[in-house]
Amino acid sequence: MVLAADAAAQRAGLNAGMPVTKAQILVPGLIVRNADLQADAAALDRLALWMLQRYAPIVASDPPDGVVIDTTGVAHLHGGEEAMVTAMVERLAASCFTARAALADSWDAAHAFARYAAKSFADKSVTVVPPGESAKAVLSLPIAALRLPRDMVADLRVLGFERIGELADKPRAPLTLRFGPELGRCLDQAMGRASQPIDPVRSGDLIEVRRNFAEPIAAAETIARYTGKLVIKLCEALEAKGQGAKRLDLLFHLVDNRIEAIRIGTALPVRDAKRLTRLFCDKIETIDPGFGIEIMRLAATLAEPLPPKQTNFSLAGEAEADISGLIDTLANRVGHRQLYRFAPVASDVPERSIRRIAPMAADAGATWPDQWPRPARLLPIPEPIETVALLPDQPPVVFIWRGIRRRVNRADGPERVFGEWWKHDAELRAVRDYFQVEDDTGERFWIYRAGNGEDGTTGSHRWFLHGIFG
Amino acid sequence: MYTPVPIAVVEALRERIRCLEGRARHRRAVLPFGVKAIDERLPEGGLALGALHEVAGGGNGAIDGAAAALFAAGVAARTRGRVLWCVTRQDLFAPALASAGLAPDRVIYVEAGDEKSVLACFEEGLRHGGSHGGLHGGFGAVVAEVARLSMTASRRLQLAAEGSGAIGIAIRRFPAPSPRLPSGRLRPSEPVIGPAKGRTRWTGYGEGQGEGAFPQTQIRDSDSRRRPLTRNLREERANSDLSPQAGRGEGQPTAAVTRWRVSALPSHPLPVPGIGRPRWRLELVRCRGGESACFEVEACDAQGRLALPSDLVHGSGQKAIGQRRTAR
Repeated sequence: MVLAADAAAQRAGLNAGMPVTKAQILVPGLIVRNADLQADAAALDRLALWMLQRYAPIVASDPPDGVVIDTTGVAHLHGGEEAMVTAMVERLAASCFTARAALADSWDAAHAFARYAAKSFADKSVTVVPPGESAKAVLSLPIAALRLPRDMVADLRVLGFERIGELADKPRAPLTLRFGPELGRCLDQAMGRASQPIDPVRSGDLIEVRRNFAEPIAAAETIARYTGKLVIKLCEALEAKGQGAKRLDLLFHLVDNRIEAIRIGTALPVRDAKRLTRLFCDKIETIDPGFGIEIMRLAATLAEPLPPKQTNFSLAGEAEADISGLIDTLANRVGHRQLYRFAPVASDVPERSIRRIAPMAADAGATWPDQWPRPARLLPIPEPIETVALLPDQPPVVFIWRGIRRRVNRADGPERVFGEWWKHDAELRAVRDYFQVEDDTGERFWIYRAGNGEDGTTGSHRWFLHGIFG
Repeated sequence: MYTPVPIAVVEALRERIRCLEGRARHRRAVLPFGVKAIDERLPEGGLALGALHEVAGGGNGAIDGAAAALFAAGVAARTRGRVLWCVTRQDLFAPALASAGLAPDRVIYVEAGDEKSVLACFEEGLRHGGSHGGLHGGFGAVVAEVARLSMTASRRLQLAAEGSGAIGIAIRRFPAPSPRLPSGRLRPSEPVIGPAKGRTRWTGYGEGQGEGAFPQTQIRDSDSRRRPLTRNLREERANSDLSPQAGRGEGQPTAAVTRWRVSALPSHPLPVPGIGRPRWRLELVRCRGGESACFEVEACDAQGRLALPSDLVHGSGQKAIGQRRTAR
């Protein structure tokens, strides 16, 4: 039997579940090989491990063809839920995996949406269900979306049930009598009333330390203390291997079978127990210990070689400032994307003359050319102003911005900025003439005219205010 | 009758107070401005390192904070080490800071997203700054753009700065007023105060014990053009029994060692058409251990240094406000 078919196979008319003989008739010269289910499962586990290192601390493989990820608390680090899921699908597509993804409140609901929602949502490969609404949205999916055995689904169909919503309304007792408790449990999990814990994938290569508690702990100070002890053990293990950790996951197994996780990341590989403990303790308030924590597991998800280094203890010179600890603390608080340095880009267009680079990047030593003055504040979108100006190259005499009329006392310019025709075709002849103007109270502004004053093809000849000088 | 107290007694008393204050700072490190007129008004002759300072813009500069940012950049450029700049939303233009002396390699920006995170990042940066543990490391200056700075927050920041020796600069930027109608007219509820001749109107609210309030608005006049207020003053005065600025948190005291206000003035006049070196009105609104003062200075040059305008130095007819007149 054919197990799965990709887009090219489906175009040839083959579908999943078709007998092999029929497939051989449809496609002449078809090469048939036996499916190796164990290798598939192993590959799925490897994929789950890869996603563990990139996205979230709790990842498990959902055989036969899926991966489930618990994204509580990590969405904001990747730019939002929608952005994160879309990025995941695109990254998998770049590795030649066609993937469909869904984000919902519970494992079963997400499972259902990922596999069955695409058919109703015009073939979108990413479905994000707003929080709290997955219980309602799951009702409209077919009953095959529940993780039930195939014959049970067939029996339910014979009885006339098509959608989950129809099952959810019926009284539970007769269904349990006929089909067993599994049906009720699956329904509850899909609606979010019961939860199924995710067993995170583990790998023998990852360095991991764990601690079991005879009595469950819940107080923040106790958690912090034991976190410190675990981090010390982990750092010793890392040192034995000569590695430093760049991403660490602390998993708490709770008494009621839930798993909570804290993930921290550093810019450079780190083996310093005090620093890592501090990063973890900053985030302890984000987890909910519930009835108590039974097991704490600390794993170094991403470890890189960190050989010992000689530090410079010269008494004469200044030691190199080590701010990577502070960068890590700030990055774990606001996100790695919000920390950056600016670097110059060789471009005349002002908004394109800067770019963001990582804060720990090597010093480039380059700076912007300073023959023309630049404003301290640049408006993200230039605002149109009304002016009275003499063409072609006189600055305005009067301009109105945000409702206030200002008379120009002194002005400097024009600085002509040509469009970058090699980047955008529309800028082939575009020109901006920038003027620095000062009104009679002393406030200085940076305004420009889109166009060279003579030729209509160089711009609309409208005036805009782009920045404010100090 | 009044007997003059001998100077030695006053000095001894000062020494006792310094010891009582704890944290024996025998001689605090300072960052002088290099301008004698400003340095002599500051205690210990310069901006105290290991302390928190506040800068705000005057008039429309209170909203956009362009001059305040350049002033802070000039100060930070003259410190050693890196600079951490915390904002809620990024609208600085880095080439302008580079022309004030702050090279782009030195500045690390944090876009924190909301006020609480900005203050938290500010505190973290100050703790890691300056002469930390005897080695020069971390940040030489930490700058943050905040709108609200309560007394408790500023005290924490001041303690963090004292512990590490970095200079902390809080740029106060106040939120923009409600938008105007597109026709450029005033909204009907906004009252308009009559014009004042070319200088800041001090309302006197919130001023006391030598601490000046940020003015509510900078009113300028020429040819009877009226500049509308940024807030509905009458309503606020009716609603609040404290100063009207309390609604925006402007006049509230903080634990900063000095408080500055930078407003834009017409630039250095050139004999040819063009704009010369910009000029600022730099007001020392509050200074711990000193008095307020007001200076007219020329803006930062490529090394971040201020200068006195040349026609003032040579004593042209313009009277400097609040400054003792020096003999020519």
